[in-house]
Amino acid sequence: MQDKKRGLNARQKVILTLTVSIGLIFIAIIFSFILTNENLTTNFAKKSLPPSWSHLFGTDWLGRDMLTRTLKGLRLSLFVGFLGASIGAVIATILGICAATLGKKADYIISWLVDMFIGIPHLVFIILISFAVGGGIKGVVCGVAFTHWPSLTRIIRAEVLSIKNSEYIQMAKNFGKTKWFIVRKHIMPHIIPQIMVGFLLLFPHAILHEASITFLGFGLSVQTPSIGLILSEAVKHISVGDWWLAVFPGLLLVLVVKSFDNIGEQVRTLVEPATANE
Amino acid sequence: MEKLKYVIYKLTRGITLLIGLSILTFIMMHNSPIDPITAYVGGDVNISLEQRAALEAYWGIDKHPVEQYLTWLKNIVRGDMGTSKVHRRPVSDIIQEKFLASFALMGLSWILSGSIGFCMGIIAAIKKGKVTDKIIKWISYIQASVPTFWLGLLLLIIFSVWLEWFPIGISVPIGVASSDVTLMDRIHHLILPVATLSVLGIANVTLHTREKMIDVLNSEYIVFAKARGETTWQIIKNHGLRNVALPAITLHFAYFGELFGGSVLAEQVFSYPGLGSTLTEAGLKSDMPLLMGIVMISAIFVFTGNMLADILNSVINPCLKEEI
Repeated sequence: MQDKKRGLNARQKVILTLTVSIGLIFIAIIFSFILTNENLTTNFAKKSLPPSWSHLFGTDWLGRDMLTRTLKGLRLSLFVGFLGASIGAVIATILGICAATLGKKADYIISWLVDMFIGIPHLVFIILISFAVGGGIKGVVCGVAFTHWPSLTRIIRAEVLSIKNSEYIQMAKNFGKTKWFIVRKHIMPHIIPQIMVGFLLLFPHAILHEASITFLGFGLSVQTPSIGLILSEAVKHISVGDWWLAVFPGLLLVLVVKSFDNIGEQVRTLVEPATANE
Repeated sequence: MEKLKYVIYKLTRGITLLIGLSILTFIMMHNSPIDPITAYVGGDVNISLEQRAALEAYWGIDKHPVEQYLTWLKNIVRGDMGTSKVHRRPVSDIIQEKFLASFALMGLSWILSGSIGFCMGIIAAIKKGKVTDKIIKWISYIQASVPTFWLGLLLLIIFSVWLEWFPIGISVPIGVASSDVTLMDRIHHLILPVATLSVLGIANVTLHTREKMIDVLNSEYIVFAKARGETTWQIIKNHGLRNVALPAITLHFAYFGELFGGSVLAEQVFSYPGLGSTLTEAGLKSDMPLLMGIVMISAIFVFTGNMLADILNSVINPCLKEEI
């Protein structure tokens, strides 16, 4: 009712939010390609300049343009987050379907695994994994990928269980279709929206964790800084008053994460109108 | 009887999970391409094959992995987690010492975020649809996208650099022996990390409390209470709090894991010498015994939280017990 006064209905609002969020992310990515590496050369004449029109985010202690650094770092963070969230979603899909269809024992084992992985703090686990695979960008990707599947697995398992006993699947069974066929033709199409929404909602978490883990100093190198590394370098310089080094990159990170969160929530509203009122 | 059975079931499950986790941790450590001996000696120094063999024998790396694991497990049960390679001290000592510092940090923020979040949730529910509610909801949603360490950095810039109210870094003043540190000093250094961690946990509780409270306020017995002439405060006090408080506490217990993760970051930002910063150090310097020890402690910490949440839940909500 309130929405009518503003002249926008719920659906239009969803689409508006989606456009703004996607637009913001696209602008960030496009700019990260447009801005050249020339802005990153060391230039002591422009050392530690506060934000101005020629350097929107200011420059760092080596005279590098912070906007360029931030956007390039953000692109790397997005890439790692994307990779991590995709692998996580794939693992979750496979395990979720297996838990629901392969009988009680498989279900028990997978639930046990899920409980185990949920029981250890995400960040601790990422540190452990990134240590175990030997650090570097591989460590960060593996860490992010292997920590985010448990919650989505639970959702997918519950979803498959709820449709497993529906009539059309019973019918398919009676026709003698194999389990693989049923999963492929009848179960997958039903849960794809869930997976998509789950993936989109994993994304912001993955980016945040990637930023956190690089902030702690694991993984990525100084030559290709991700946003976490930029922020952790800023720590050393904020005590002399270079506040822009920490404020703007973080602000951009929050904006992008929030945008992804918005996209996930809005797509969920479109896919499952029943839960839209929550 | 039924309840006891449930608790025992949960306990055994928790123990199997911990054992599973220890195996997983061990396998990951064992397969790590980082060679413990090279990491110990440092990359630049070359050691002779004999020295290497002696070190391997000393640490038991030359034995079969299963045997290594069993020895490790047996020692852990006895409370001996080995010796830290960076600190040259028993891991259990380090953990004990750091755990207290971390516990003060996490405990305070846990209580603070719980109570603030709860109050905010109730206020939002009472004012549902009004500006106050919108602001609280908005804050909660934004908060979920804000990285802990960035929030810590902002607080550091505002309160330590600009206002100079709080010191930058470490939990005790520089140049003062640790025995001379007063309680006030400690509290002074604790405020910013606690503030950072508290903000992290508020949103969850707020949104949950708000939703539950709105459910309660829409129920028939509230309508009846209103008809009897109870004021809003009376309704909240007599009918609302009891229904909302326990689920919120349960939820907050289950939040131990995120709390621990947050404390790792907060401790790093404020160079607060707790478990989290020790974990980071252990990970970066390839200190395996310390790393494994802290991983196990953090897992026990989270399992305890989850178990308390489950048990509380079963006490409050009898329907759940049938799911065993």
